[in-house]
Amino acid sequence: MPAETASHTDPTLWLLAVRDHRDRAAFLMLFEHFAPRLKAMLMRGGLRDGSAEDVVQDVMLVVWHKAAQFDPHRADASAWIYRIARNRRIDLARRKPLPEPDALAEPEGSEPDAAHVLALGQEAALLRRALDAISPDQARVLEQAYFEDLPHSRISEMSGLPLGTIKSRIRLGLDRLRRHLNDLRQP
Amino acid sequence: MTAITHHLSDALLDGYVTGCLAQPFAVVAAAHLSLCDACRARAETADMLGGAMLDRIAPADVSQGGRDRMMAALDLAPPPPQPIAASGIFPAPVMQALGGRPPKWRMLGGGIRQVILSADVDGSLRLLYIPPGRAVPEHSHGGLELTLVLQGSFADSEGRFGPGDLEIADDDVDHQPTAGVEGPCICLAATDAPLRFRAMIPRLLQPLFRI
Repeated sequence: MPAETASHTDPTLWLLAVRDHRDRAAFLMLFEHFAPRLKAMLMRGGLRDGSAEDVVQDVMLVVWHKAAQFDPHRADASAWIYRIARNRRIDLARRKPLPEPDALAEPEGSEPDAAHVLALGQEAALLRRALDAISPDQARVLEQAYFEDLPHSRISEMSGLPLGTIKSRIRLGLDRLRRHLNDLRQP
Repeated sequence: MTAITHHLSDALLDGYVTGCLAQPFAVVAAAHLSLCDACRARAETADMLGGAMLDRIAPADVSQGGRDRMMAALDLAPPPPQPIAASGIFPAPVMQALGGRPPKWRMLGGGIRQVILSADVDGSLRLLYIPPGRAVPEHSHGGLELTLVLQGSFADSEGRFGPGDLEIADDDVDHQPTAGVEGPCICLAATDAPLRFRAMIPRLLQPLFRI
Protein backbone atom coordinates (compact mmCIF):
# COMPACT_ATOMS: atom_id res chain seq x y z
CA MET A 1 0.00 0.00 0.00
CA PRO A 2 1.53 3.37 -0.96
CA ALA A 3 2.33 5.74 1.90
CA GLU A 4 -0.25 8.18 0.64
CA THR A 5 -3.17 5.82 1.33
CA ALA A 6 -1.70 4.20 4.44
CA SER A 7 -2.54 7.23 6.55
CA HIS A 8 -6.19 7.57 5.49
CA THR A 9 -9.05 6.32 7.62
CA ASP A 10 -11.33 3.78 5.94
CA PRO A 11 -14.13 6.34 5.41
CA THR A 12 -11.64 8.70 3.75
CA LEU A 13 -10.54 5.91 1.39
CA TRP A 14 -14.19 5.19 0.53
CA LEU A 15 -14.85 8.87 -0.10
CA LEU A 16 -11.79 9.10 -2.38
CA ALA A 17 -13.11 6.07 -4.33
CA VAL A 18 -16.45 7.86 -4.73
CA ARG A 19 -14.67 11.08 -5.75
CA ASP A 20 -12.28 9.50 -8.23
CA HIS A 21 -14.24 6.51 -9.57
CA ARG A 22 -17.93 7.15 -8.70
CA ASP A 23 -17.62 3.86 -6.81
CA ARG A 24 -21.09 2.75 -5.65
CA ALA A 25 -19.84 -0.03 -3.40
CA ALA A 26 -17.64 2.51 -1.62
CA PHE A 27 -20.60 4.89 -1.34
CA LEU A 28 -22.65 2.14 0.26
CA MET A 29 -19.84 1.64 2.81
CA LEU A 30 -19.94 5.39 3.53
CA PHE A 31 -23.70 5.23 3.96
CA GLU A 32 -23.51 2.22 6.30
CA HIS A 33 -20.91 4.01 8.40
CA PHE A 34 -22.30 7.54 8.49
CA ALA A 35 -26.09 7.23 8.16
CA PRO A 36 -26.61 5.88 11.73
CA ARG A 37 -24.20 8.49 13.13
CA LEU A 38 -25.69 11.38 11.17
CA LYS A 39 -29.16 10.31 12.22
CA ALA A 40 -28.07 10.27 15.87
CA MET A 41 -26.47 13.73 15.45
CA LEU A 42 -29.58 15.18 13.79
CA MET A 43 -31.85 13.76 16.48
CA ARG A 44 -29.59 15.33 19.11
CA GLY A 45 -30.19 18.57 17.19
CA GLY A 46 -33.94 18.20 17.71
CA LEU A 47 -35.17 16.41 14.57
CA ARG A 48 -37.68 13.58 14.92
CA ASP A 49 -36.90 10.07 13.76
CA GLY A 50 -38.55 10.30 10.32
CA SER A 51 -37.32 13.73 9.35
CA ALA A 52 -33.84 12.89 10.62
CA GLU A 53 -33.73 10.01 8.13
CA ASP A 54 -34.89 12.29 5.32
CA VAL A 55 -32.13 14.78 6.13
CA VAL A 56 -29.57 11.95 6.27
CA GLN A 57 -30.60 11.06 2.71
CA ASP A 58 -30.23 14.71 1.63
CA VAL A 59 -26.79 14.94 3.21
CA MET A 60 -25.51 11.69 1.70
CA LEU A 61 -26.83 12.75 -1.71
CA VAL A 62 -24.77 15.95 -1.40
CA VAL A 63 -21.76 13.76 -0.52
CA TRP A 64 -22.34 11.81 -3.75
CA HIS A 65 -22.73 14.88 -5.95
CA LYS A 66 -20.08 17.10 -4.37
CA ALA A 67 -17.40 14.47 -3.76
CA ALA A 68 -15.21 16.24 -6.34
CA GLN A 69 -14.74 19.06 -3.81
CA PHE A 70 -13.33 16.76 -1.11
CA ASP A 71 -9.64 17.51 -0.40
CA PRO A 72 -7.90 15.03 1.92
CA HIS A 73 -5.18 17.62 2.60
CA ARG A 74 -7.68 19.74 4.51
CA ALA A 75 -10.11 17.30 6.13
CA ASP A 76 -10.87 13.64 6.64
CA ALA A 77 -14.18 12.16 5.51
CA SER A 78 -15.76 12.56 8.95
CA ALA A 79 -14.97 16.27 9.16
CA TRP A 80 -16.12 16.96 5.60
CA ILE A 81 -19.41 15.07 6.02
CA TYR A 82 -19.94 16.60 9.48
CA ARG A 83 -19.82 20.11 7.92
CA ILE A 84 -22.28 19.19 5.16
CA ALA A 85 -24.72 17.79 7.74
CA ARG A 86 -24.24 20.76 10.05
CA ASN A 87 -24.92 23.25 7.24
CA ARG A 88 -27.99 21.30 6.13
CA ARG A 89 -29.35 21.38 9.70
CA ILE A 90 -28.58 25.11 9.95
CA ASP A 91 -30.38 25.83 6.67
CA LEU A 92 -33.49 24.05 7.98
CA ALA A 93 -33.51 26.45 10.94
CA ARG A 94 -32.73 29.69 9.06
CA ARG A 95 -34.95 31.87 6.92
CA LYS A 96 -32.22 32.10 4.27
CA PRO A 97 -29.56 29.49 3.47
CA LEU A 98 -26.18 30.05 5.09
CA PRO A 99 -23.86 31.70 2.53
CA GLU A 100 -20.75 29.58 1.99
CA PRO A 101 -17.21 30.70 1.13
CA ASP A 102 -15.67 30.09 -2.31
CA ALA A 103 -14.98 26.45 -3.09
CA LEU A 104 -11.23 25.86 -3.07
CA ALA A 105 -9.65 23.63 -5.68
CA GLU A 106 -6.25 22.03 -5.93
CA PRO A 107 -4.49 23.42 -9.02
CA GLU A 108 -5.01 21.18 -12.09
CA GLY A 109 -2.62 18.26 -12.22
CA SER A 110 -1.10 18.83 -8.78
CA GLU A 111 0.11 15.68 -7.07
CA PRO A 112 -1.19 14.74 -3.62
CA ASP A 113 1.30 15.74 -0.95
CA ALA A 114 1.69 12.38 0.80
CA ALA A 115 3.79 13.72 3.66
CA HIS A 116 1.24 16.40 4.43
CA VAL A 117 -1.69 13.98 4.31
CA LEU A 118 0.21 11.60 6.58
CA ALA A 119 0.90 14.35 9.09
CA LEU A 120 -2.74 15.50 9.02
CA GLY A 121 -3.87 11.91 9.63
CA GLN A 122 -1.48 11.61 12.57
CA GLU A 123 -2.75 14.84 14.09
CA ALA A 124 -6.34 13.66 13.68
CA ALA A 125 -5.50 10.36 15.36
CA LEU A 126 -3.89 12.20 18.27
CA LEU A 127 -6.95 14.44 18.49
CA ARG A 128 -9.18 11.35 18.77
CA ARG A 129 -6.96 9.95 21.49
CA ALA A 130 -7.13 13.24 23.38
CA LEU A 131 -10.94 13.10 23.09
CA ASP A 132 -10.91 9.64 24.67
CA ALA A 133 -9.22 11.09 27.73
CA ILE A 134 -11.50 14.01 28.62
CA SER A 135 -14.09 13.76 31.37
CA PRO A 136 -17.76 12.96 30.64
CA ASP A 137 -18.70 16.53 31.65
CA GLN A 138 -16.29 18.01 29.17
CA ALA A 139 -17.42 15.61 26.47
CA ARG A 140 -20.98 16.74 27.16
CA VAL A 141 -20.00 20.39 26.58
CA LEU A 142 -18.36 19.49 23.26
CA GLU A 143 -21.34 17.40 22.18
CA GLN A 144 -23.67 20.28 22.86
CA ALA A 145 -21.48 22.68 20.86
CA TYR A 146 -21.07 20.32 17.92
CA PHE A 147 -24.47 18.63 17.72
CA GLU A 148 -27.04 20.77 19.44
CA ASP A 149 -26.29 24.51 19.30
CA LEU A 150 -28.37 25.85 16.47
CA PRO A 151 -29.22 29.18 14.93
CA HIS A 152 -31.84 31.27 16.59
CA SER A 153 -32.99 34.83 16.10
CA ARG A 154 -30.36 36.32 18.45
CA ILE A 155 -27.37 37.87 16.72
CA SER A 156 -24.30 36.46 18.47
CA GLU A 157 -21.96 38.62 19.51
CA MET A 158 -8.46 35.58 -5.38
CA SER A 159 -7.47 33.91 -2.32
CA GLY A 160 -4.20 35.77 -1.98
CA LEU A 161 -2.25 33.05 -0.21
CA PRO A 162 -1.53 29.63 -1.66
CA LEU A 163 -3.71 26.75 -0.55
CA GLY A 164 -0.66 25.31 1.22
CA THR A 165 -1.03 27.93 3.91
CA ILE A 166 -4.51 26.71 4.78
CA LYS A 167 -3.29 23.13 4.91
CA SER A 168 -0.42 23.85 7.26
CA ARG A 169 -2.56 26.09 9.44
CA ILE A 170 -5.15 23.34 9.85
CA ARG A 171 -2.39 21.06 11.08
CA LEU A 172 -1.10 23.67 13.49
CA GLY A 173 -4.64 24.30 14.68
CA LEU A 174 -5.22 20.60 15.28
CA ASP A 175 -2.03 20.45 17.28
CA ARG A 176 -3.22 23.37 19.42
CA LEU A 177 -6.68 21.85 19.77
CA ARG A 178 -5.19 18.58 20.98
CA ARG A 179 -2.97 20.36 23.50
CA HIS A 180 -6.02 22.23 24.72
CA LEU A 181 -7.94 18.98 25.19
CA ASN A 182 -4.94 17.55 27.05
CA ASP A 183 -4.86 20.62 29.28
CA LEU A 184 -8.55 20.17 30.08
CA ARG A 185 -7.66 16.80 31.49
CA GLN A 186 -5.26 18.25 34.06
CA PRO A 187 -6.89 18.81 37.46
CA MET B 1 -0.80 41.74 -2.07
CA THR B 2 -0.27 42.64 1.56
CA ALA B 3 -1.23 40.11 4.19
CA ILE B 4 -4.63 40.29 5.84
CA THR B 5 -4.21 41.66 9.37
CA HIS B 6 -7.82 42.27 10.51
CA HIS B 7 -9.72 39.02 11.02
CA LEU B 8 -13.04 37.57 12.18
CA SER B 9 -13.22 37.57 15.99
CA ASP B 10 -13.74 34.22 17.72
CA ALA B 11 -17.33 35.22 18.49
CA LEU B 12 -18.09 36.08 14.86
CA LEU B 13 -16.41 32.94 13.52
CA ASP B 14 -18.33 30.82 16.02
CA GLY B 15 -21.54 32.66 15.13
CA TYR B 16 -20.93 31.96 11.47
CA VAL B 17 -20.14 28.23 11.75
CA THR B 18 -23.12 27.64 14.04
CA GLY B 19 -25.42 29.56 11.68
CA CYS B 20 -26.31 32.15 14.32
CA LEU B 21 -25.29 35.30 12.42
CA ALA B 22 -27.96 37.40 10.76
CA GLN B 23 -27.80 37.10 6.97
CA PRO B 24 -25.90 40.37 6.19
CA PHE B 25 -23.16 39.46 8.69
CA ALA B 26 -23.08 35.85 7.48
CA VAL B 27 -22.43 37.06 3.90
CA VAL B 28 -19.55 39.26 5.11
CA ALA B 29 -18.12 36.37 7.16
CA ALA B 30 -18.34 33.96 4.19
CA ALA B 31 -16.70 36.60 1.95
CA HIS B 32 -13.86 37.09 4.46
CA LEU B 33 -13.40 33.29 4.71
CA SER B 34 -13.13 33.23 0.90
CA LEU B 35 -10.20 35.65 1.06
CA CYS B 36 -8.50 34.79 4.36
CA ASP B 37 -6.61 31.52 4.65
CA ALA B 38 -6.01 31.98 8.38
CA CYS B 39 -9.72 32.23 9.24
CA ARG B 40 -10.62 29.50 6.73
CA ALA B 41 -8.18 27.18 8.48
CA ARG B 42 -9.65 28.07 11.89
CA ALA B 43 -13.12 27.12 10.63
CA GLU B 44 -11.96 23.87 9.02
CA THR B 45 -9.95 22.86 12.08
CA ALA B 46 -13.11 23.12 14.14
CA ASP B 47 -14.75 20.77 11.61
CA MET B 48 -12.03 18.17 12.27
CA LEU B 49 -13.13 18.10 15.89
CA GLY B 50 -16.76 17.91 14.75
CA GLY B 51 -15.85 14.91 12.57
CA ALA B 52 -14.06 13.21 15.45
CA MET B 53 -17.15 13.78 17.62
CA LEU B 54 -19.37 12.34 14.86
CA ASP B 55 -17.28 9.16 14.82
CA ARG B 56 -17.82 8.73 18.55
CA ILE B 57 -21.58 9.29 18.73
CA ALA B 58 -23.78 6.31 19.63
CA PRO B 59 -25.31 5.32 16.25
CA ALA B 60 -29.10 5.38 15.76
CA ASP B 61 -30.99 2.62 13.93
CA VAL B 62 -31.64 3.45 10.29
CA SER B 63 -34.75 1.86 8.76
CA GLN B 64 -34.28 -1.04 6.35
CA GLY B 65 -35.78 0.88 3.43
CA GLY B 66 -33.42 3.83 3.91
CA ARG B 67 -30.46 2.13 2.30
CA ASP B 68 -32.43 1.04 -0.79
CA ARG B 69 -33.98 4.49 -1.16
CA MET B 70 -30.51 5.99 -0.91
CA MET B 71 -28.98 3.86 -3.63
CA ALA B 72 -31.98 4.45 -5.92
CA ALA B 73 -31.68 8.22 -5.38
CA LEU B 74 -28.17 8.25 -6.85
CA ASP B 75 -29.68 7.63 -10.28
CA LEU B 76 -32.88 9.63 -9.95
CA ALA B 77 -31.68 12.92 -8.53
CA PRO B 78 -30.24 15.41 -11.00
CA PRO B 79 -26.97 16.99 -9.91
CA PRO B 80 -27.57 20.22 -8.01
CA PRO B 81 -27.41 23.41 -10.10
CA GLN B 82 -24.06 25.15 -10.26
CA PRO B 83 -23.97 27.82 -7.59
CA ILE B 84 -22.97 31.33 -8.64
CA ALA B 85 -19.16 31.55 -8.57
CA ALA B 86 -16.71 34.29 -7.65
CA SER B 87 -16.07 36.96 -10.29
CA GLY B 88 -13.28 39.55 -10.30
CA ILE B 89 -12.91 41.11 -6.87
CA PHE B 90 -16.22 39.66 -5.67
CA PRO B 91 -16.10 36.33 -3.80
CA ALA B 92 -18.89 33.82 -4.45
CA PRO B 93 -21.09 34.87 -1.49
CA VAL B 94 -21.03 38.47 -2.76
CA MET B 95 -21.80 37.41 -6.34
CA GLN B 96 -24.70 35.36 -4.95
CA ALA B 97 -26.00 38.44 -3.10
CA LEU B 98 -25.68 40.33 -6.42
CA GLY B 99 -27.78 37.65 -8.11
CA GLY B 100 -24.83 36.78 -10.38
CA ARG B 101 -24.87 40.19 -12.11
CA PRO B 102 -22.29 43.01 -12.00
CA PRO B 103 -23.12 45.72 -9.43
CA LYS B 104 -25.43 48.56 -10.51
CA TRP B 105 -23.87 51.51 -8.71
CA ARG B 106 -25.98 54.45 -7.53
CA MET B 107 -24.42 57.83 -6.90
CA LEU B 108 -24.52 59.04 -3.31
CA GLY B 109 -22.78 62.38 -3.88
CA GLY B 110 -19.10 63.28 -3.56
CA GLY B 111 -18.22 60.51 -6.01
CA ILE B 112 -19.31 57.88 -3.50
CA ARG B 113 -21.49 55.11 -4.90
CA GLN B 114 -23.35 52.21 -3.38
CA VAL B 115 -25.39 49.14 -4.20
CA ILE B 116 -27.89 47.94 -1.59
CA LEU B 117 -27.83 44.14 -1.64
CA SER B 118 -30.44 43.68 1.08
CA ALA B 119 -32.24 45.78 3.66
CA ASP B 120 -34.79 44.13 5.91
CA VAL B 121 -35.37 43.02 9.50
CA ASP B 122 -32.03 41.16 9.43
CA GLY B 123 -30.17 44.44 8.83
CA SER B 124 -28.60 45.78 5.67
CA LEU B 125 -25.88 44.70 3.29
CA ARG B 126 -24.33 47.02 0.72
CA LEU B 127 -21.33 47.57 -1.52
CA LEU B 128 -19.64 50.95 -1.22
CA TYR B 129 -17.35 52.60 -3.77
CA ILE B 130 -15.18 55.39 -2.40
CA PRO B 131 -12.97 57.43 -4.79
CA PRO B 132 -9.24 57.66 -3.91
CA GLY B 133 -8.61 59.92 -0.91
CA ARG B 134 -12.33 60.57 -0.36
CA ALA B 135 -13.97 60.21 3.06
CA VAL B 136 -17.34 58.62 3.77
CA PRO B 137 -19.48 61.05 5.83
CA GLU B 138 -18.86 60.53 9.53
CA HIS B 139 -21.45 58.20 10.97
CA SER B 140 -22.33 56.04 13.91
CA HIS B 141 -24.81 53.23 14.09
CA GLY B 142 -27.15 51.56 16.49
CA GLY B 143 -25.44 48.19 16.56
CA LEU B 144 -22.71 46.20 14.89
CA GLU B 145 -21.15 47.18 11.55
CA LEU B 146 -18.82 44.88 9.62
CA THR B 147 -16.82 46.31 6.70
CA LEU B 148 -14.75 44.07 4.43
CA VAL B 149 -12.34 45.63 1.92
CA LEU B 150 -12.56 44.02 -1.53
CA GLN B 151 -10.34 46.48 -3.41
CA GLY B 152 -8.07 49.39 -2.45
CA SER B 153 -7.93 50.42 1.19
CA PHE B 154 -9.38 52.77 3.77
CA ALA B 155 -8.16 54.17 7.04
CA ASP B 156 -10.03 55.48 10.07
CA SER B 157 -9.50 55.89 13.81
CA GLU B 158 -9.18 52.10 14.13
CA GLY B 159 -6.32 51.71 11.63
CA ARG B 160 -5.66 50.93 7.97
CA PHE B 161 -7.66 48.25 6.17
CA GLY B 162 -6.51 46.64 2.90
CA PRO B 163 -7.98 43.91 0.67
CA GLY B 164 -9.49 41.08 2.73
CA ASP B 165 -9.28 43.06 5.98
CA LEU B 166 -12.40 43.16 8.11
CA GLU B 167 -13.32 46.07 10.37
CA ILE B 168 -15.59 45.19 13.29
CA ALA B 169 -17.20 48.36 14.66
CA ASP B 170 -19.70 48.36 17.49
CA ASP B 171 -22.10 51.16 18.28
CA ASP B 172 -19.66 53.37 20.15
CA VAL B 173 -17.25 53.69 17.24
CA ASP B 174 -17.74 57.03 15.50
CA HIS B 175 -15.72 56.65 12.39
CA GLN B 176 -14.97 58.46 9.18
CA PRO B 177 -13.33 56.02 6.78
CA THR B 178 -11.07 57.65 4.16
CA ALA B 179 -10.08 55.74 1.04
CA GLY B 180 -6.38 55.27 0.31
CA VAL B 181 -4.94 57.42 -2.48
CA GLU B 182 -3.70 54.38 -4.48
CA GLY B 183 -7.10 53.81 -6.09
CA PRO B 184 -10.83 53.57 -5.47
CA CYS B 185 -11.84 51.55 -2.42
CA ILE B 186 -14.65 49.02 -2.79
CA CYS B 187 -15.99 47.43 0.36
CA LEU B 188 -18.82 45.23 1.56
CA ALA B 189 -20.61 46.61 4.62
CA ALA B 190 -23.21 45.00 6.84
CA THR B 191 -25.16 46.62 9.66
CA ASP B 192 -27.96 45.47 11.91
CA ALA B 193 -29.36 49.00 12.18
CA PRO B 194 -29.52 52.02 9.85
CA LEU B 195 -26.44 54.25 9.90
CA ARG B 196 -26.81 57.65 11.55
CA PHE B 197 -24.85 60.43 9.92
CA ARG B 198 -23.49 63.29 11.96
CA ALA B 199 -24.00 65.90 9.26
CA MET B 200 -27.52 67.21 8.75
CA ILE B 201 -27.88 66.77 5.03
CA PRO B 202 -26.89 63.13 4.79
CA ARG B 203 -29.34 62.42 7.60
CA LEU B 204 -32.11 64.01 5.56
CA LEU B 205 -31.03 61.87 2.63
CA GLN B 206 -31.07 58.70 4.70
CA PRO B 207 -34.63 57.62 3.88
CA LEU B 208 -33.92 58.31 0.23
CA PHE B 209 -30.74 56.29 -0.01
CA ARG B 210 -31.43 53.85 2.82
CA ILE B 211 -27.78 54.16 3.76
